[in-house]
Amino acid sequence: MKSVAKKFKGLSDKAIAWIFIAPTLILLLAINIYPLIYAIRMSFTNFYANKIGREVKFVGLKNYKKILGKEEIWEKMQITAHFVCWTLVIQALIGLGLALLLNKKFKGNELLTTLIVLPMMLSPAVVGVFWTYLYNPQVGLFNYVVNFFYDFGIFDMIGSSTLAPWSIVIVDTWMWTPFTMLICLAGLRSIPNYLYEAAEVDRASKWQQFIHITLPSVLPFLLLALLFRGIENFKMFDLVAELTSGGPGSATELASINLKREAFEKWKTGYSSAFAVILFVTIFGFGNVYVKVMNKIKDR
Amino acid sequence: MMDTSRSPSEASGFSRKLAATIIIVYMVVTLIPISWMVATSFKSVDSAISYPPEVFFEPSLEGYVNLFTNRSRQPKDYLDSLPPPDTWYEELVRSREMVITGPSKFLPRYSNSLIIGFGATFFSVFLGSLAAYALSRFKVPLKDDLLFFILSTRMFPPIAVAVPIFIMYRKLGLGDTHVGMIILYTVVNLSLSVWLLKGFMDEIPREYEEAAMIDGYSRMQAFFKVVLPQATTGIAATAIFCMIFSWNEYAFAVLLTQFNAQTAPPFIPTIIGEGGLDWPAIGAGTTLFLIPVMIFTVVLRKHLLRGITFGAVRK
Repeated sequence: MKSVAKKFKGLSDKAIAWIFIAPTLILLLAINIYPLIYAIRMSFTNFYANKIGREVKFVGLKNYKKILGKEEIWEKMQITAHFVCWTLVIQALIGLGLALLLNKKFKGNELLTTLIVLPMMLSPAVVGVFWTYLYNPQVGLFNYVVNFFYDFGIFDMIGSSTLAPWSIVIVDTWMWTPFTMLICLAGLRSIPNYLYEAAEVDRASKWQQFIHITLPSVLPFLLLALLFRGIENFKMFDLVAELTSGGPGSATELASINLKREAFEKWKTGYSSAFAVILFVTIFGFGNVYVKVMNKIKDR
Repeated sequence: MMDTSRSPSEASGFSRKLAATIIIVYMVVTLIPISWMVATSFKSVDSAISYPPEVFFEPSLEGYVNLFTNRSRQPKDYLDSLPPPDTWYEELVRSREMVITGPSKFLPRYSNSLIIGFGATFFSVFLGSLAAYALSRFKVPLKDDLLFFILSTRMFPPIAVAVPIFIMYRKLGLGDTHVGMIILYTVVNLSLSVWLLKGFMDEIPREYEEAAMIDGYSRMQAFFKVVLPQATTGIAATAIFCMIFSWNEYAFAVLLTQFNAQTAPPFIPTIIGEGGLDWPAIGAGTTLFLIPVMIFTVVLRKHLLRGITFGAVRK
């Protein structure tokens, strides 16, 4: 009797599971996976999204060959690699350093953490805009402060092709160091106190404690933070689009900025789709290898 | 050697003070750019482009007036022929030898940000909590793969899917519409909302619903009347994260919207005054745009870590 009543009263767990998951799944398939498949299909054609009547031809791997054989593309990849590598190295060092300092419990600790974290919550595009003001060679605060310490005269952080790649590294570091810091801090706080107490008993020096206890415990957290930042910075668009928009010339034209130019300014839809697929495969490939390495380090 | 150990009992007073000092210096330096932008919003156009940069200045609301109005420069004799200005802002504009020609687009852009942000947040949290509950409580085939798939959608560079979405939206008539942008931001936020909410729901003991179901609740009732109220904090934190993301989003907004549904981030950089960018107005727009996010950050501080790592790190 009871089971019959239950049946009438509600759906089975299995049905509920699918009813609950289906909308999410359908939306992701429609707005994420379908466009991706569409992009992959277009990458084998000579389609131009702005020429609607034009006949679309299947061109096989021509777009891919063209991209991989193009020196310009490798330049963009180098610019992207420069940006990703330097931001990761600097943010890892400063972020870990700040986390170690914050882990010493002093008064106002939580308030300071919240204030330090502020930059990373802001809109990257808007951050890009106001940094162009700070970087302005004539009136910018950044230049004034730098010249205060050493007189370089007038210098143009975003107008000079040697300085511009560093200008985006500086802003990204300013914005995202708190991210690494926050995650490292969580790692530090997860280390049980008895490890240090045991080390004290064994008369390990502070330095030895740092090398053998602190560092190995934080490392998985640091690596996780770098994974997130690496992926984000590899696809970096908004901040740089507003800060330098890839210029001067193409000194800061990261892969995504170049992709936007090809896709939405030159309207080379087929070609740019192939480039998008290559970027996606690269991120996915790097990400997978990285996660494998990370898990190995964790297991050790 | 710097004292790097953790045990607080051992950390000497000096090393703690040194750490606090360095952190405070970093905090001050890191907040300078933001404070500078807020300060600039209260400068006059002339003061904003003076060198050396003015730390002390006479405050002016010119930036805010310029942000909300369109103006045009007029010859002196025309200005003299006009009746005296009715309001303080008209007076301010007149003193720059200009007249107000109408409201600027800032307000509509700002309200677009609000509409699209709230819409997308509501749907992604609603759909996300359903999916999260199912993934947290039921046996779902290929659960781990499904969760990874949901997360992996976050790895696409937005520009990579922007072209197909652009074409798709053009065909469906969703291009440059609020509905189109709400759907898009909902989907982009879904991965975050499912992952975060699953974590929060995993923490609610199953015994609660089981007890409710023994008392005669159906599964659905148990979900809505027992689990959801228990997860309020998690849902609120997730909602704020989704809101911040939609609020800050730029790539899709700049590529897919133009006139009707454009949000504030692509608009703020286009605020142009005479002879270049109008820095006080940009400062004003930036300040008004950033204030909500700063408040949210303070509200969220306990869940920040969880949100930024998709629930991978919990405190």
